[in-house]
Amino acid sequence: MVQSELLEIRGLSKSFPGVRALTDVDFSLKSGEIHALLGENGAGKSTLIKTLTGVYKKDAGKVFFDGKEFEAHSPAHAGQNGISTVYQEVNLIPGLSVAENIYLGREPMKYGNIDWKQMRAGAQKALAKLRIKLDVNQELSSCSIAIQQMVSIARALDVSAKVLILDEPTSSLDEGEVASLFEVMRNLRSQGIAIVFITHFLDQVYEICDRITVLRNSKLVGVFNVNELSKVDLVTHMLGKELDEESRKSHKKDGQSAGDVFMELKDVVASGLGQMNLKVRKGEVLGFAGLLGSGRTEVAEILFGIRKPLSGELLLNGKKTNLKNPRNAISHGIAFCPEDRRREGIIADLSVRENIILAIQARRGIFRTMSRKEQQRIVDKYIEELKIATPDAEQKVQFLSGGNQQKVILARWLASNPKFLILDEPTRGIDVGVKLDIQDLVGALSEEGMAVLFISSELEEVLRSSERVLVLRDRNIVDELTGEDINGAKVMHTIAEGSTDV
Amino acid sequence: MFKNENVRKLLWPAVALLVILLFNVFFTENFLNIEVKDGHLFGSLIDILNRGAPVLIISIGMTLVYATGGIDLSVGSVIAISGAVAAQLIRPGYIHGILEYPDPPTSLFVVIGVPLLICAIAGAWNGVLVAFVGIQPIIATLILMVAGRGIAQLVTEGQIPVFIHEPFQFLGGGFLMGVPFPVIVSILLIAAVYFLTRRTSLGLFIESSGGNPIASRYMGIKSRLIVLSTYVFCALCAGLAGLIICSDIKAADANNAGLFLELDAIAAVIIGGTMWGGRFTLAGSVIGALIIQSITTTILAFGIPPEVTLVFKALVIIIVSLIQSEGIQDAINTWKTKRAQA
Repeated sequence: MVQSELLEIRGLSKSFPGVRALTDVDFSLKSGEIHALLGENGAGKSTLIKTLTGVYKKDAGKVFFDGKEFEAHSPAHAGQNGISTVYQEVNLIPGLSVAENIYLGREPMKYGNIDWKQMRAGAQKALAKLRIKLDVNQELSSCSIAIQQMVSIARALDVSAKVLILDEPTSSLDEGEVASLFEVMRNLRSQGIAIVFITHFLDQVYEICDRITVLRNSKLVGVFNVNELSKVDLVTHMLGKELDEESRKSHKKDGQSAGDVFMELKDVVASGLGQMNLKVRKGEVLGFAGLLGSGRTEVAEILFGIRKPLSGELLLNGKKTNLKNPRNAISHGIAFCPEDRRREGIIADLSVRENIILAIQARRGIFRTMSRKEQQRIVDKYIEELKIATPDAEQKVQFLSGGNQQKVILARWLASNPKFLILDEPTRGIDVGVKLDIQDLVGALSEEGMAVLFISSELEEVLRSSERVLVLRDRNIVDELTGEDINGAKVMHTIAEGSTDV
Repeated sequence: MFKNENVRKLLWPAVALLVILLFNVFFTENFLNIEVKDGHLFGSLIDILNRGAPVLIISIGMTLVYATGGIDLSVGSVIAISGAVAAQLIRPGYIHGILEYPDPPTSLFVVIGVPLLICAIAGAWNGVLVAFVGIQPIIATLILMVAGRGIAQLVTEGQIPVFIHEPFQFLGGGFLMGVPFPVIVSILLIAAVYFLTRRTSLGLFIESSGGNPIASRYMGIKSRLIVLSTYVFCALCAGLAGLIICSDIKAADANNAGLFLELDAIAAVIIGGTMWGGRFTLAGSVIGALIIQSITTTILAFGIPPEVTLVFKALVIIIVSLIQSEGIQDAINTWKTKRAQA
């Protein structure tokens, strides 16, 4: 294997309005290696890739590729120069044939027409390089997701790739398919191609990768050789190593002062999730710790009636209840701030005022409309209390920064005075000041007797805010920690290795 | 210039309407004259309002559908069904070889109520396909657009039944306090819809469901039911427009009643500035509908073949859409800032 630096990134920085996505990040890649790029949501992985491949323009920093300084103007430009990306969702056209997809946009021509013969032969050859036998005339949609992924890899390689970036390629594949993808990857590695592998499955990193680059909070944490880094250390790097025990705020209560059980899952099984038990107590902050894809959001969705349990019982105040839909959950006093603000949270086109009062109004119904004065009173109150930065209440919410949009969604639910508030990644992609505001708010709410479920990729935050922490791993609740047990080392060990006791 | 965004958005459509009207003031004789004949108001402006009533009424229904992120192509066909059913109720069939009226004549209540009920069912069909089955609105309503005229033909047995029914004729041809009755019907409808959407929370829920259906569901808004109800309401508007047209010409023409009117209504909504899946403005749609009708009336007054109106409508739609488009707006804003800096 040639071990020359094929690609080198120095001091790359990129900001978006209100957020620093990459701060002075270095990254290097050698020919013939598989290099894992790891980090939680919002760590900067995808910004790094997108800046490298010309989707975004970098603010500062230098990229050296093949010994020369290089700047991609567009993904196509990056592709022509040998840096190709295969995204998680296959970016091909399902209705076209395999061959057409491989040659899309660069069809071989002959006498002004497409040279079908050459296209089919070329596609056949491109797939053969991956040791895949496939009828290139069949429609892409008739292939499995794994094969579709292979086709996009074949396309990427055929466009000429020295660097192949695989962005979470395994998240929708089953075990056998992952194995065959890995075989292809090993094969490519032996041909000297450099592969950047983004994933959230740590086992896969250890199975196939040579080196690991870890990002956290838009900064580089470090570059490691796989065989020199233990899983626990890796998780520590990903989730934050300065887990200063002192930083756990006086830690309010020690779990015993929490009130009665508000909600309980008994032996609940839902599709894609293992059997689980959990209790939510009044006046308590319950935290979920676990990596992306560990099932955090899915469990929250069960508690809000979005996802239906297949078996087991859901108890509310001790009574067996069937949450038919979110509306039903809301009527029981449950509120949910979803992870994906843009897609599931805000109504971008409506004003701050309307976004805030919608949840209360939805509960009151169409005809018991709140007076403008009453709306204004509620909206003003929360704009002030949560320090929402907006010129006025009539501003369209889409023009607010991510952190302020999050506050608007929080205000929406706080105004409806819930008994149980589910916060799924409430601090994702927002700046530090706002993060602390939200953490403080969570503490204050539980003091007032509200039950809060706090889900975050940043372990530090979960540990600091929660009185009880459930650890999730591979879509199962594997451990429950209270009091003194809530510490970084213990949680990381559990995340990395599975349950400690039991 | 205008601080209130709602007012600012109406600016360009209003300017477009004014330009068309001004053109008429100069080139059409007696355009601004309004006379009183037999206690009834007559004149070009009154004519625009009167002839424009069907488009106006459908535009109101279309506005709400459009705001939910949908579209209703079937309104033209629903107009045909509504008229056909009304005509058939007035003259149900042949007795001794000639078309006979029942004795006593069909009551006004039935002539108006039954067609509207059937239209509501048609709207519910559209709404269920879109909101509950999940078919794309343009496809879902295309079904009824195509099938509707066939249904209307079946109802009229392939004829164009003409009729006399004085109470019913008042709907499309009557005058109340000198004002044509269709104009009064449209004003009442606009007022009712304004009240129902803006004085209650229905309007907000419609905009919310159109703007982000998932978030709306997570807030406990019954988005699907709301979307369904907009299609029912839109079909009711089409039914009402169909009754007005049929009552005015005292006949039900299943082939031509309301033909292409869906396009006029959609154009009116877009000109008015309603967002597809988001904010709607009733006032904008009213202005849009008046623009469409003014063009039609102007061209007829000039003796140009009516088919040509389509070209002029297309021109106006292109111009207004361009002015409203984000790209052009951005360019204007950049130009303004540059000038301000210079």
